[in-house]
Amino acid sequence: MKKIKTLWRWSAQAARLMVGVPDYDNYVAHRKAHHPGEPFMSYVEFYRERQNARYACEKGRFKGCC
Amino acid sequence: MSIQKKVIWAAIIVLGAVSLAIIALMRGEPINAAWLVVAAACVHLVGYRFYGLFIANKVLGVNAARQTPAYRRNDGLDYVPTNRYVLFGHHFAAIAGAGPLVGPVLAAQMGYLPGTLWILAGVVFAGAVQDMTVLFLSTRRDGRSLGDMIRSEMGAVAGTIAGIGVLLICVIVLAVLALVVVNALKGSAWGSFTVFCTLPIALIMGIYGRFLRPGRIAEMSIIGAVLLLAALIYGRTVAETPGLAVYFNLPATTLALIIIGYGFVASVLPVWLLLAPRDYLSTFLKIGAIALLAVGVIIVRPDLQMPALTKFVDGTGPVWSGSLFPFLFITIACGSVSGWHSLISSGTTPKMIENENQIAFIGYGGMLTESFVAIMAMIGASVIHPGVYFAMNSAAGLIGTTAAHAAEVVTSWGFVITPDYLTQVAHDVGEASILSRAGGAPTLAVGMATILSGFLGGKALMGIWYHFAILFEALFILTTVDAGTRVCRFMIQDLIGNAVPAFKETNSWSSNLIGSALACALWGYLLYAGVIDPLGGIFTMWPLFGAANQMLAAIALTLCTVVLFKMKRERFAWVTVAPTAWLIICTVTAGLEKVFSPNPAVGFLSHAHKFGGAAAAGQVLAPAKTLADMHRVIFNDYLDATLAGLAVAIVVTVVIYALFDIRKALTTPKATAMEIGGASGAMAGGGA
Repeated sequence: MKKIKTLWRWSAQAARLMVGVPDYDNYVAHRKAHHPGEPFMSYVEFYRERQNARYACEKGRFKGCC
Repeated sequence: MSIQKKVIWAAIIVLGAVSLAIIALMRGEPINAAWLVVAAACVHLVGYRFYGLFIANKVLGVNAARQTPAYRRNDGLDYVPTNRYVLFGHHFAAIAGAGPLVGPVLAAQMGYLPGTLWILAGVVFAGAVQDMTVLFLSTRRDGRSLGDMIRSEMGAVAGTIAGIGVLLICVIVLAVLALVVVNALKGSAWGSFTVFCTLPIALIMGIYGRFLRPGRIAEMSIIGAVLLLAALIYGRTVAETPGLAVYFNLPATTLALIIIGYGFVASVLPVWLLLAPRDYLSTFLKIGAIALLAVGVIIVRPDLQMPALTKFVDGTGPVWSGSLFPFLFITIACGSVSGWHSLISSGTTPKMIENENQIAFIGYGGMLTESFVAIMAMIGASVIHPGVYFAMNSAAGLIGTTAAHAAEVVTSWGFVITPDYLTQVAHDVGEASILSRAGGAPTLAVGMATILSGFLGGKALMGIWYHFAILFEALFILTTVDAGTRVCRFMIQDLIGNAVPAFKETNSWSSNLIGSALACALWGYLLYAGVIDPLGGIFTMWPLFGAANQMLAAIALTLCTVVLFKMKRERFAWVTVAPTAWLIICTVTAGLEKVFSPNPAVGFLSHAHKFGGAAAAGQVLAPAKTLADMHRVIFNDYLDATLAGLAVAIVVTVVIYALFDIRKALTTPKATAMEIGGASGAMAGGGA
């Protein structure tokens, strides 16, 4: 049962990451651990920030074609 | 290695050798696709265990104790330590695309054997090596991009030249991929309707995910998938209702203009409205379709109808021009070795890798998986009747536009087929005609429909499966067109911005509009030229696409070689020197042949010369219909020759720079590679 849960969590994470959105809980945990007391983005802000970042073209940031 | 493991590996090696022997030596009776699957799986496993891990551990010297950028610069956003299986999925989804599906289908004109051998050898010795080494280099440089790494390791000039090369390649890739979509949709009301429907569906998803339920990716994707399925099913009704079908039954030229216009509009709209939702659909559909195809091949285990070798190994084939060497090796790019992957391997993946000891699994293993997809595409193209294959992939200029004439011509090539059979296949998949649909997607769609209907739905669902396959390829090619146009725009803005600084403002509407228009004009022109090409643009342009892609791979592998020398690991440099040399030989030969070959079917200049002579004499050669057409054909020939020549010049220049760098590295006693991080936390090697 625990294995199935892990597998499910990995699949969901992988599916989100495939479209450019990393794990939000992990982001929150990171902010709390390394930047305590500082504000962090809500899920919606986080999602939008990542969405823009995925398709932003800057130096060295390309999405491949094939 | 324990005795038990040794026995298992020995068994895998024997099984792989037996299946390869069956594939290579069986003649006369059709072999089962299962042998291809088994051979590929064994080669991939053995390649990973004995070559991939060797390179990672001995050549690159991955260090499990060394902190990766994901930890050193962890920000929870770009740099995130990520579970290796999750990251593998991400990396695979990023590298897999149209390439591994289209290339092998086109290569099947020489039979399934040459392409299969090149896919397997190419991935083990070139493609996976490139992906993994670039991933390694980028991981040791805080996830910097390929262009950045070339600039810092090989100098600004080499970096700029490589940058121009990337822009050139991007333009060619976009034009050719768009051409694949045009060929799949021309005259197909069902296909066009379904693909057009993805636009409103994406808009609905975009608005839902922006305002109604922000950030709910799963909900958006499910809504999109359900609507897409409805569009797919309703498409048949549209195609069968003459009053509706007229709006979607479009000629190739109209479709090309629509796609160019779409590329422009989509690239200036906000990403959340169109690009992102369609990206979700195409990514999940792509993974689903690939999994479905794998399951289908394994369950159905169809026999291969295509012979192991056809007479077209001599270079007279109707699908694309050129002989086995060098053109087979550039026709199958992705699946064997693809330069694009060097951009992905130096993109997001190195910023998320948890430990250097996972580089082989993700870099080498990800590419092996892509190669497996290519093998399945090869199977898809080989399970259909060879006569159908050639009727679908030869231009109307060769086989005419009626089933009767096409069957006659294809039969005269030695692939006996009746007009009724061609009509029946078209009817089965719900199309009026399947003739001259070069570009891989429709052929693969027939192959997939054959395989999938074998275990789900039978003949009744063949039309649905065919259009599902067309839809999923068109969907992610259009996503590529959108994203690629943005990339081109950025590169154009960056290049022109050097002269006109105001143009660099990527937030400025006017500079974005002009940049997008320029980008679309560049690839749009090539696309349109390909569409009106009487020989069918794929015939001339696919080799250009493959050569460009392989040249990028050659540039990436050249960088890898230079860095190996700078790391003082010249003892092992052959692992990248060998594939680099092979790619340079193939691409430079191909590039020069495309420019200078005296055969007008291959060489752009001799083709231009032939048409120029005729035009001077006042003659009009087919496919041109007027003298103005003639001059356009000649102009396009010179344009294509310039592109091919430019690509060759870029690769040769980068290699010359590399030779100087290598000589300098050899005369320097200590390592000079510019790595970041490491035990001391300072620049390892400490070179300038």
